[in-house]
Amino acid sequence: MPLDVYLNVAVGGVLTGLVYGLMALGLSVIFGVVRVVNFAHGEMMTIAMYIAVVLFSALHVDPLVLLVPIAAVLFAFGYVLQAALINPFVRRPEHTQFLLLVALALIISNALLIVFGPDARAVQTSYALDSMQFGPVIVDTAKVYAGAAAIIVTAALFGFFRFTLVGKAIRACADNYTGALVVGLDVKRLYALTFGLGTACVGAAGTMAVLIIDTTPMLGPGYTLLAFVIVITGGLGSMPGALVGGVLIGVTEAIAGLLFTPSAKSMFAFGILVLVLLFRPQGLLGRRAA
Amino acid sequence: MTRKSEPQSARISRRSFVAGGVGVGFIAGTAPFNIVRADTGPLKVGVLLPRSGYEAGIGQDCQRGVDIAPAIFKSKGLPELTILSGDTESNVDVARSRAEKLIGDGAQALVGSFDSGQSAAIAQVAEQKGIPLVINIAAAPAITEQGYKFVFRNFPTAPMILRDAFTDQKTVFGLVGAAPKSVVFMHVNDTFGTAMAKGIGAVMPKFNMPYTIAEEISYDPAARDLSVEVAKAKAANADALLVVSRLNDAMLLTRELVKQRWTPQAILSMGPGFYEDQYIKTLGKYANGPISFSPWYDPHKPLTAVLETELAKAHPGVNLNTNHVFTFEALLVVADAYKRAGSTDPKALADAIRATNITDNVAIGPGISFDAKGQNVKVRQGAFQNRDGKLVTVAPPEAATAKPEWPLQPYPSRS
Amino acid sequence: MIGRFTAGVAPRGALLLALLFAALAAAPWFVNDYLLTVLIIILYFAYAGQAWNIMMGFAGQLSLGHALYVGLGSYVAATLFVRYGVGPWFGFLAAIPVAAACGGAIGYLAFRFGVAGVYFAILTIAFAEFARIGFDHFDFVNGTSGLFLPVSEHARTDLWRLRGSPTMFYYVILAATVAAFALCHLLMRSRIGYFWLAIREDEEAARAAGIDTFRYKMIAVMVSAAVTSFAGVFYAFFYNNLFPEQVFGISRSIEIILGPIIGGIGTLFGPILGAFVITGLAETLTSLMSAYGIDLPGAKQVFDGVCLLIVIVALPEGVWPPLARRLGVMKEPK
Repeated sequence: MPLDVYLNVAVGGVLTGLVYGLMALGLSVIFGVVRVVNFAHGEMMTIAMYIAVVLFSALHVDPLVLLVPIAAVLFAFGYVLQAALINPFVRRPEHTQFLLLVALALIISNALLIVFGPDARAVQTSYALDSMQFGPVIVDTAKVYAGAAAIIVTAALFGFFRFTLVGKAIRACADNYTGALVVGLDVKRLYALTFGLGTACVGAAGTMAVLIIDTTPMLGPGYTLLAFVIVITGGLGSMPGALVGGVLIGVTEAIAGLLFTPSAKSMFAFGILVLVLLFRPQGLLGRRAA
Repeated sequence: MTRKSEPQSARISRRSFVAGGVGVGFIAGTAPFNIVRADTGPLKVGVLLPRSGYEAGIGQDCQRGVDIAPAIFKSKGLPELTILSGDTESNVDVARSRAEKLIGDGAQALVGSFDSGQSAAIAQVAEQKGIPLVINIAAAPAITEQGYKFVFRNFPTAPMILRDAFTDQKTVFGLVGAAPKSVVFMHVNDTFGTAMAKGIGAVMPKFNMPYTIAEEISYDPAARDLSVEVAKAKAANADALLVVSRLNDAMLLTRELVKQRWTPQAILSMGPGFYEDQYIKTLGKYANGPISFSPWYDPHKPLTAVLETELAKAHPGVNLNTNHVFTFEALLVVADAYKRAGSTDPKALADAIRATNITDNVAIGPGISFDAKGQNVKVRQGAFQNRDGKLVTVAPPEAATAKPEWPLQPYPSRS
Repeated sequence: MIGRFTAGVAPRGALLLALLFAALAAAPWFVNDYLLTVLIIILYFAYAGQAWNIMMGFAGQLSLGHALYVGLGSYVAATLFVRYGVGPWFGFLAAIPVAAACGGAIGYLAFRFGVAGVYFAILTIAFAEFARIGFDHFDFVNGTSGLFLPVSEHARTDLWRLRGSPTMFYYVILAATVAAFALCHLLMRSRIGYFWLAIREDEEAARAAGIDTFRYKMIAVMVSAAVTSFAGVFYAFFYNNLFPEQVFGISRSIEIILGPIIGGIGTLFGPILGAFVITGLAETLTSLMSAYGIDLPGAKQVFDGVCLLIVIVALPEGVWPPLARRLGVMKEPK
């Protein structure tokens, strides 16, 4: 197969991977700081996708413009969820946390099914069928916008954690819970804030995702799993790791689909997951868990 | 149960409350199922279709064939049927349990269910319970190879579809004076798609087709993004696209073809998807051109005109298609057999269905009759093309109403 | 052995259990076909939940991919039957080593490399998904086209080939559930059971006390997998068709864990009670809805999720332990 086909597919994989990476970033932030395993992650992204679809069909506003409002809505959702429901579970055995979120995931995805029905919904923007050509490479326009937006949001998040006071406080909580308490940080509020940030990431990712794929209610479990694969591969708790993991998985699946039977391409993601879990459980960019 | 002698005996213990609640719930919830099955009145026919799930659009389309039946039956002097609707939810397990439930509710015949996997599961239930099943649409050959005595199919099997598809393709090539030298074959990886893929190996060599299959690409029916698959197809450098797909993937494929700037010489579809109303509405001008090779109505048969009129009354703006025609014909078979049998006994019905011989039908071909395996081996297909929101029949010659357009108009020049 | 079997069992508990068993054994005479099918489904989940409980409740390993073993059991038994005419009981014997080997492989990979807790759960999901996609492409078992077992009219009861009326299937699954219950009871009281309890409560301490945690965790996983595979064999012969998506799917795995979690992880009667509660209530909801003409796909799963949520938040031990204490049948303090 000529090289430009691989290049085309790889570029598509990178762009899609960036969006997935942003979604996984939310998971990484939540787990890295709050130590909660958000098994309802994919479902939260699906909620964001439906909000984007509904607003688009009602107001005809491009999803990229809706990015900030939807992220804000998901932020509020995550904040409230953590403060009200999840907080008591932070110190409980892992499996109860996990199961709490499994229950939430079940409720959310089926509630979406009841409200929106099973049919796929697409967002038909004016550029939905456009593509850009750079030499031999043809790139899907919508994917370019989505990928670019993902990079911008991620950079903003890095900046937040690096340079703002609140961001530093959150990192302190993650590094040393007791120390943070001693120093007088309101850990409970910071946890809720962080969870909200994580879900805001997911909200942003979902808004971009509607440009790339059609929305159905049952997307949740597949994306939750994908987020975990990316985060574990990249390194739980490492933010650059989530992006790197996302791009890696995106490209691997795309190239694998090209080389082998496309219908089996998901198996490669799982293969990578198993290998990482066995041989480098801290992930490619992660540090050994504290 | 043992009585408590402690102070708690005064209060209702939680256990007995829960037990009582569950018991009441059970009885209340299942009371409707304790009714005695009434054997008088019109024949009860259970119609199982995927009304929700990923095949929901097609299931709802098939339902339109059910909606227009009563008026037509009345005008033809056929008996009235009581329709019990079931939703298979595009899921094999649900299909099976719904079939059992409809039979428990008194259905004396079943019709359904568009999907080969679900139809096969329903066929098993029908055979076990001795209730005749008339399959409206399902192409996997295995369903009528089990030696069942209660399962009938008025729809071609995958090898039959392929056989007619290849014949009609050659007719089309002759009419337009051109033929692709190579094709890329894409198919969905589900029961129907794999049955067609397996059938091609056996059937195609007998037809001396002018093209070879340069590449075969199978994809996941639940795939949300077909960019890699289409990239692979484009890289095969074939002239045309031969495809077996469903509705959602037909739309995804076409969108990717536009985005990746590849207009094949033709899209030859041997399955559903490309002729569906939702495909045409959603894609607008980009929907023109694909030729579908599928069981089809004969525009010259009188009953076809009746169906078109009724459909226009009930659902204006909807094109008559395979889903309506074959779902209607399945009910037609049941009504006709009921008239001849004169009884609602499932066994008598099954025998009457076995003796079916209807020549006044809608589909192309000599009519409806079943062989020893319950298969209608005489049903014939047609080829039709998407043209400006309508579907025009281009083959076989006895059913054609227009000449096919060839090649596909390049995507960049449409909009 | 009998002494070990009955030691420490509250007489009231034994009486209630006997009454329940009598009611279940007599059920086919009193209920209609639909209810019988519901009871079969309840007992199926009671059985599968009991098997899952061995791994989670006893050894503390959270498996979210248990559909893998059900699927393996189904496909092994069904393939042997369809292609070679081998009866399901031999099929089960063949499925046991396959399922146990798979469980062992997962256990080995996980425990040797220190994959625990959440990571282990994700690993089990990954393996189940891997199997699902793999079987989708496995032509020997027909892949996505589905593997169909030959059926014939309900008339004859053939226990050897598991062909027959729902009543026959009901007694088979009832017997299996009783057997699983007895097996778990025995295991809990054995040396292995006490080691498992130690590992579950505090693995580090158990290792420090000299218990070979690796060995006992492996045994838990393999026993759980092997016992679960029978559920698969039953599934294959009861439903007569297998599709990888239906059999290995993640929703199947979640369905299996609902019963034991709601009933009470680690308890003996928990999975059974949990299966009755969740399946019974869900089916009641479904029939009530359809009786009123409301058709809402997804409502049942929302209901399941809400029940799960309530139990996790308000009844962390499950429904059975508080109930058992009220009834006075709890043997040891929890």
